Amino acid sequence: MRVMANVAMVMNLDKCIGCHTCSVTCKQVWTNRPGTEYVYFNNVETKPGVGYPRRYEDQEQWRGGWALDKKGRLQLKAGGRLRKLLTIFYNPDLPTIDDYGDPWTYDYQTVIDAPLGTPNPSAHSISALTGRDMTVQWGSNFDDDLAGAPRHAAGDPNLSGLEERVRMEFEQVFMFYLPRICEHCLNPSCVASCPSGAMYKRSEDGIVLVDQDRCRGWRMCVSGCPYKKVYFNHRTGKAEKCTFCFPRIEAGQPTVCSETCVGRLRYLGLFLYDADKVLDAAATPDEQGLYEAQLGVFLDPEDPEVRAAAAADGIPHDWIEAARRSPVYQLAVRHRVALPLHPEYRTLPMVWYIPPLSPVADVVNATGYDADRPDDVFATIDSLRIPVEYLANLFTAGDPAPIRRVLRKLAAVRAIQRAGQLGLDLDEDLPASVGASDEELDDLYRLLAIAKYEERYVIPPAHAEEAGRLMGQHEQLFCSLDTDGGPGMGGHGISSYRPTGTPGSPQTFEAEDGRTRFNLLGWSGKGQAPGLFPDRGAVSAHDPAEGGLA
Amino acid sequence: MNTTTAQIFWWVALPYFALGVFVVGHVWRWRYDQFGWTSRSTQLQERRRLKWGAPLFHYGTFAAIAGHVIGVLIPQSWTKAIGIPESGYRWFSAAAGTVAAVLVIGGIVILATRRLFVPRVRATTAPIDYVALTLLLIIVFTGIAPTIGINLLGGGYDYRTSVAPWFRGLFSGSPDVQAIAHAPVIYQVHATAAWLIWAIWPFSRLVHAWSYPVWYLWRPYIVFRSRVASHPNEPGTGGRKWRKIGVPY
Repeated sequence: MRVMANVAMVMNLDKCIGCHTCSVTCKQVWTNRPGTEYVYFNNVETKPGVGYPRRYEDQEQWRGGWALDKKGRLQLKAGGRLRKLLTIFYNPDLPTIDDYGDPWTYDYQTVIDAPLGTPNPSAHSISALTGRDMTVQWGSNFDDDLAGAPRHAAGDPNLSGLEERVRMEFEQVFMFYLPRICEHCLNPSCVASCPSGAMYKRSEDGIVLVDQDRCRGWRMCVSGCPYKKVYFNHRTGKAEKCTFCFPRIEAGQPTVCSETCVGRLRYLGLFLYDADKVLDAAATPDEQGLYEAQLGVFLDPEDPEVRAAAAADGIPHDWIEAARRSPVYQLAVRHRVALPLHPEYRTLPMVWYIPPLSPVADVVNATGYDADRPDDVFATIDSLRIPVEYLANLFTAGDPAPIRRVLRKLAAVRAIQRAGQLGLDLDEDLPASVGASDEELDDLYRLLAIAKYEERYVIPPAHAEEAGRLMGQHEQLFCSLDTDGGPGMGGHGISSYRPTGTPGSPQTFEAEDGRTRFNLLGWSGKGQAPGLFPDRGAVSAHDPAEGGLA
Repeated sequence: MNTTTAQIFWWVALPYFALGVFVVGHVWRWRYDQFGWTSRSTQLQERRRLKWGAPLFHYGTFAAIAGHVIGVLIPQSWTKAIGIPESGYRWFSAAAGTVAAVLVIGGIVILATRRLFVPRVRATTAPIDYVALTLLLIIVFTGIAPTIGINLLGGGYDYRTSVAPWFRGLFSGSPDVQAIAHAPVIYQVHATAAWLIWAIWPFSRLVHAWSYPVWYLWRPYIVFRSRVASHPNEPGTGGRKWRKIGVPY
């Protein structure tokens, strides 16, 4: 047993209202830059829908993730190492920008500069790629809230096998929202696909990152990720991805998407897992067994043996304690209501979802529906508006049994609370019928409905004692403000202050660039200030970082 | 025959200058701009032309480089010593060289037209890219013209007794200036453009050539790295990872 820790997220889809606040705040924090206009580390998709990029879930087309070869060994679906190196000049599985949507802005200047009295000026759409006028064709969320569903929704790969039952007609249509971030998988195929070795999984918290200095732009990670959550920055030529807001996580704060989630549907916490079991679990022969296999990789932090092994493997005590309070462990393992997204990709994803309940679709013809007992949704689970099979295609590789079990449990929690509120009689066998005790269902209710900030986000801060020591050393040598664009930019700390002339004479000093500059400190504001402005035509010192490849 | 100053400049000074810039430039680029060290792929923007252009060009270039190793780095005496007759070498050189030439020229024509005429690709092109592309085009065309025009179809020119000794001489410290100075002009242009591209190499996207990730073949699939404390950027080196908002290319 080799114990490792992984931060993970659970999203309760019952609560997602599709407001995109997570996407917007994430974008403002992380991808509000040229080159990343089309990049959404977090996006919210309407399901059924084609997703972002279009049809990313169709791995027969994009060949992301892992697959078993004929001998049952785990292989990258897009082929082995040699094939990757041979196709490095042209990656046959890479989506183009049109699969995401050509990013655009508007020609606002025309509107601003329009003279008074003219007819309403209009702003053209301008491609962020070329700066030219363009016609907007597609972008993220073009099928938001089922917009254009009759035309687009049929392209949802999760509808395969359901075409007969699902019709995009108003009376029968269903939808829910699926917020997506990087899954920070236990067996990340993006990391395995990166020829440069620039992508890595952090051994402390399992966050998957791209080393921007080592990335060489081979773009195999983009196609290797079945969730298409690694993006190619078209200006820097480097891959970028969801960072799980690691600077916040290290400080014990939730990710931006979680922090700003209006529905409070996100939970953050630790999983302890057995790293030795990961590959075997990912190589489970039956796709539908992958969910259970991944559960088997997780370790119970209440088990003293696990805790001892974790401590022996160098996991800090406060992290082990945090794992015991982890809401994601509770939801995924103890209550078993959270499910992984597309386990059939064999990456062992670490962002899990609680599938949504939905109204009974066809009340009249629903089998088992009893008008006297509207809360008895057990019999009608299969008549819910969102087909169980559809959810199964998303979360269990098509196995409807776990979906039914989860939905029944969620329905039972509702029925118990409803009965309690309204003083109704309750079937005493109800908790047992969903395989749980009264206390467990009450715990689940509290976790789903009441849990406060500290209970939803149990994030132990990173242990950065060593880093502090290094920083301290560094700061003795250099000014910490001396970052690019920072207040100390360009100077070399105290050494650049070299007074010239005799004391009392005009206050000038020789700056780092060799010019004599006027010292504004102590200047009365009257009189001459020689050297305050550069001579006309003088060129400032060349910044070496901007030379070479622009 | 006396060696003129111009000859010294073109066939001794320029090569050593280019080599110096090549070495120092790479050290500088590696130390201060690993973030810029990338292939700058534009496959995201355009894939239909790249699908043919990029593999043709790259694989053709590999063949061309192998040809240069055989023809320029390996002395004629060596091939003779292992019993390869001059006519046999000529025949192989012209035939294989023509195959490589066709691949390279097909690839670079597709890539160059793509870069110049596809707006999405053109928008990503920096001035240094145009310089590199121009030099590459000169090198390719002045390399292919003698291969096909002289060695395949014409009477042939034995560059192994003129250009090659001069080139090897540069590395042993005794370049044979007269040999290259009296070679056909097209070889001289080819060599000069090649030196120039060595000189701009470290400052262009061509650096990605040194990062062909062969070690991927042996590496474990999943890379784990510890969260190590990293030093802040060296002062004065910029350390800019991401471009500022609103700053053009």
